Amino acid sequence: MIELNNVAYSYGGDALLNDITFSLAPGSFHFLTGPSGSGKTTFLKLCYGALLPTEGDIRIFDHSAKDMGRDAVAYARRRIGVVHQDCKFLDHLPLDENIALPLTVSGQATPDQVANLNELMSWVGLTGKGDALPPELSGGERQRAALARALIMSPDVILADEPTGNVDWEMSQRLLRLLIELNKMGKTVMIATHDLALIRAAKAQVSARVLRISNNALQSAGVDL
Amino acid sequence: MKRFLEFLSPLLRVDAGADRVVPPSGFTVRLTVFTAAAMAFLTVFALALSLASGRLAQTWGDDLARSSTIRISAPAGQMAAQTEAALKVLTQTPGVESARALTTEEQKALLEPWFGPGLPIESLPVPQLIDVAETSEGFDSDGLRLRLQAEAPGAVLDEHNRWRRPLVAAAGRLKLLGWVSILLITATTAAMVTLAANASLAANAQVIEVLRLVGATDGYIASAFVRRYTVRVLTGAAVGTVAGLLAILLMPGSNDAGGFLTGLRFEGWHWFWPAFVPPLAAVVAFAATQGAARRVLGELA
Ligand SMILES: Nc1ncnc2c1ncn2[C@@H]1O[C@H](COP(=O)(O)OP(=O)(O)OP(=O)(O)O)[C@@H](O)[C@H]1O
Ligand SMILES: [Mg+2]
Repeated sequence: MIELNNVAYSYGGDALLNDITFSLAPGSFHFLTGPSGSGKTTFLKLCYGALLPTEGDIRIFDHSAKDMGRDAVAYARRRIGVVHQDCKFLDHLPLDENIALPLTVSGQATPDQVANLNELMSWVGLTGKGDALPPELSGGERQRAALARALIMSPDVILADEPTGNVDWEMSQRLLRLLIELNKMGKTVMIATHDLALIRAAKAQVSARVLRISNNALQSAGVDL
Repeated sequence: MKRFLEFLSPLLRVDAGADRVVPPSGFTVRLTVFTAAAMAFLTVFALALSLASGRLAQTWGDDLARSSTIRISAPAGQMAAQTEAALKVLTQTPGVESARALTTEEQKALLEPWFGPGLPIESLPVPQLIDVAETSEGFDSDGLRLRLQAEAPGAVLDEHNRWRRPLVAAAGRLKLLGWVSILLITATTAAMVTLAANASLAANAQVIEVLRLVGATDGYIASAFVRRYTVRVLTGAAVGTVAGLLAILLMPGSNDAGGFLTGLRFEGWHWFWPAFVPPLAAVVAFAATQGAARRVLGELA
């Protein structure tokens, strides 16, 4: 689905990521860990075409990211649900419209999807918050809303950057279960997180691979957890 | 006009989704609408000015330029002979349709307003006047003057359009200036919309970022802004055009005494011209916002 070949990235100075080769297989479940500032968010941004590699090549759904125009990137995004670390919304629109935004911009807002929306909102524990404006929500509520927005299009790939950073243990378990369910339905999932307990909990339920960024490189950290 | 409406219809369609993704911005909305209204108002006046001076140039140029006068001042004994000679020259001149010596009564009538009735015109050294009508091609006045000098030395060719010519030129220039004003107003409107759209796009960088994250194409994002500005400018321009038309309607209609100033109202089918002002403004706003959006979205990539 997404392939990185000898990818390097730098924000201008020294390379932040170096010589990364990785392939995100369909239906796989990955965790991405690493110290703060190691480049997890950067790695995810490369995966959804928000950043172009300074060296090497990234293929997103079999298209080279370098050759994708902005429209092609936009269409690819409709198949990739992204949860940003700093969940940004359209602050002037109520929450339900924000969550339905991917449907709106792709011209797919139908009554069916509205039922879908309500179900999704109850899954992430936001029932009754549909009319609230994003700035009125707590950090955890925003995070769950961002996850709901990433899932509304039923994307093939879900890239979540610290999706459980601001929620309590129980809610994080609930969100994890949602992502595992989706993975069992065939979705490809990658979660960047510091939360080792979350990773352990997941490994009990699904065969997840754990990747670790350290010293600018991507390593497999499978067994030592 | 029909094609234009077809082109506008996707813009006017009620598509709440696309319009709502851009936050409302009350103050700039009102400024844009106001500016568009003011520009449309000015355009209606420039149009009126241009069309009126065009009409004026035409009338002056057309009907009045076709007649000239020859004035013969000669000692009483030679008057009849020179008049005869001048008339003969005129009949041989190409471009002269007819030439006729004014009768004593007619000359008397011309002079009466200045000297009062009962003027003993026969005993005064009043020049003899010959009224000359031109064909539409006109005659070569320099050539005619030379020949008159040879045949009737007392004859002076007086072309009315000698004094009228600069007026016709001025009216033509005024008409041109009117069109130049309309061009400038159009360009100013484009610049104004570009500035407003640029500011609005820059202020909404986060909105654009979020829209991109969820898979919005540049075209979708641009159209949300474009539609908004096009509708605003169309609304403002419609109001401004109606106001301009009302102002022109309130001007007195043309009559002989007023001349140019009262002729500023539209006439006949010219009343339809202002109907093109709001659509023109909308097209300008559409193009300007589209350009601004493409540029800003390219820079934000
Ligand atoms: N837009 C940017 N311009 C310049 N440097 C940046 C930019 N974004 C991130 N960086 C730098 O790149 C490094 C990696 O950032 P990144 O956000 O990928 O880390 P992270 O692993 O996600 O960290 P965290 O766990 O805190 O979220 C950091 O040192 C950061 O300062
Ligand atoms: Mg991060």
